[in-house]
Amino acid sequence: MSAFHGTKMNPSKFHKSQLKFLVFLIPLAVFMALPIVYVFFHAFKPIDELFAYPPRFFVEKPTWQNFADLFGRANASGVPMSRYLFNSIVITLIVVFLTIIISTMAGYALSKKEFKLKKTIFEINTLALMFVPAAVAIPRYLIIDELGLINNFLVHILPLLAMPIGLFLVKQFIDQIPNELIEAAKLDGASDIHIFTKIIIPLVKPAIATIAILSFQLVWNSVESSTFYVNDEGLKTFSFYMSTLTSQATGNVVAGQGMAAAASLIMFVPNLIIFIVLQSQVMNTMAHSGIK
Amino acid sequence: MTKNKRDLSQWFFLGPYILFFTAFIVIPVGAGILLSFTYFNAIEAPTFIGLSNYVSLITQDEVFMQKILPNTLTFALIVGPGGYILSFILAWSLAQVPKKIRTVLALIIYSPSMTAGVAMAVVWTIIFSGDQTGYLNSMLITMGVLLEPIQWLQSPEYLMKIMILVTLWGSMGVGFLAMLSGVLNINSEIYEAGYIDGIKNRFQEVIYITIPSMKPQMLFGAVMAVVGTFQAGAIGVALSGANPTPQYAGQLMVNHLEDFGFIRYEMGYAAAISVVLLIVVYAFSKVAWRLFGEKD
Repeated sequence: MSAFHGTKMNPSKFHKSQLKFLVFLIPLAVFMALPIVYVFFHAFKPIDELFAYPPRFFVEKPTWQNFADLFGRANASGVPMSRYLFNSIVITLIVVFLTIIISTMAGYALSKKEFKLKKTIFEINTLALMFVPAAVAIPRYLIIDELGLINNFLVHILPLLAMPIGLFLVKQFIDQIPNELIEAAKLDGASDIHIFTKIIIPLVKPAIATIAILSFQLVWNSVESSTFYVNDEGLKTFSFYMSTLTSQATGNVVAGQGMAAAASLIMFVPNLIIFIVLQSQVMNTMAHSGIK
Repeated sequence: MTKNKRDLSQWFFLGPYILFFTAFIVIPVGAGILLSFTYFNAIEAPTFIGLSNYVSLITQDEVFMQKILPNTLTFALIVGPGGYILSFILAWSLAQVPKKIRTVLALIIYSPSMTAGVAMAVVWTIIFSGDQTGYLNSMLITMGVLLEPIQWLQSPEYLMKIMILVTLWGSMGVGFLAMLSGVLNINSEIYEAGYIDGIKNRFQEVIYITIPSMKPQMLFGAVMAVVGTFQAGAIGVALSGANPTPQYAGQLMVNHLEDFGFIRYEMGYAAAISVVLLIVVYAFSKVAWRLFGEKD
């Protein structure tokens, strides 16, 4: 009994006994962070520092040149970089917004409505969680072709809207809202839509934050749709454009390096911001979703 | 509102999801299974050839049997459980430090999975770059360990190891976040009860209390680990810059599928590979459900 460790979980303040954890957590975090710190420094390195020997981790004479080159080159190639960025931002906003609405609606029906196929649908969805996207890439391509979506702006959006993991999470969350609450609202004459917008959505905000983060990362970093389904340069996304900068096929490895560094930073920062803004909500989601 | 037999409101709410889910997930999976029984070059209509694709995959595709299957299993068995155990250890350790430090550390440890994809490969290709300006080469040469730079990413000997390292580094994703909140969420009274019942040390505490108390999060993490591991296939191609990877050293099933589907346009054959891959992922996930799933 003398050694009761359980209460040391989630401590409120620092104590010497925590040092043994920090001793490996901090170096590990530094190792995890190295490439990210590197992305930041690298983006501001002038060309001689990018190829300096021996290579330097930190930037000595920071410059905006890489960013200028990035915009300049894109403009010269006929499609301005702002076009790629614009595409990515529009696609991301639409996908994140619609994914949230669609998953929450489906979650509400699967959780609070009684109907025959309820169990089956949820079971299929859980199975779908396990499917590897690359494994269905080929038939998916054929479907998209059949639907006439090749070279269509919508191809960036429609395939990403059904997010099995999003539905899974949000359904578990809605399960925890007591049925009495909904019954009471119904007695007061609230319509389904009213219940959904005024009760369900506010109560599952943390789950929505999680879906927002996951779906944002998925769509913002995705190069699949631009690579496979779109031939028109003007319809491609920023993450695709960035992937072309360093691809060894273009033979532009040296000149591309600085621009690629700048582009990595531009790609990464939104992920970071979204996560920081929503992270406390995420922790909440996971803790209360009681995935069981 | 009385229960009404003609109440079809659930379809209003489920409709949009089912529409997209069916169109882009269910039908492709079904079509993929059908395609795997055909010869299809993406130009002419598919011709039915029965089980031939599976037969050649198992009996004639030497690369598949000698390189890809062993590679995939090695990769999956190290990265899957490795990343999973690492997530748990990190989540558990983070739960032992105060909130402010924990938040900062958790953010940093989670951050690699945000850079997934393109940005990640850029960073690592520079570190492992094959000439002497590569960070690792330059460091080892300065230290006198190496005399000549090593072509890390083109060498069959190192590629797989680097892929495993990079994937582990990026594997602290949602599964990790789930476990972290799972650990934090355990009621401390359960621990007290455990100590009264004779638990003596932290190891027993973890085995008998912590893990059983967070089974749902452990299951979620396990499923995410299985899925994540098989999705990570792109990393070898991204690092080495070629598909197939040098001497098939880092070739995984996902790469093999892409090789046949999008480079050689043997869609039927690629579909057969994808069906095999689905079966493998499903089998692995079943193990996870068996270990952590709760019957309901």
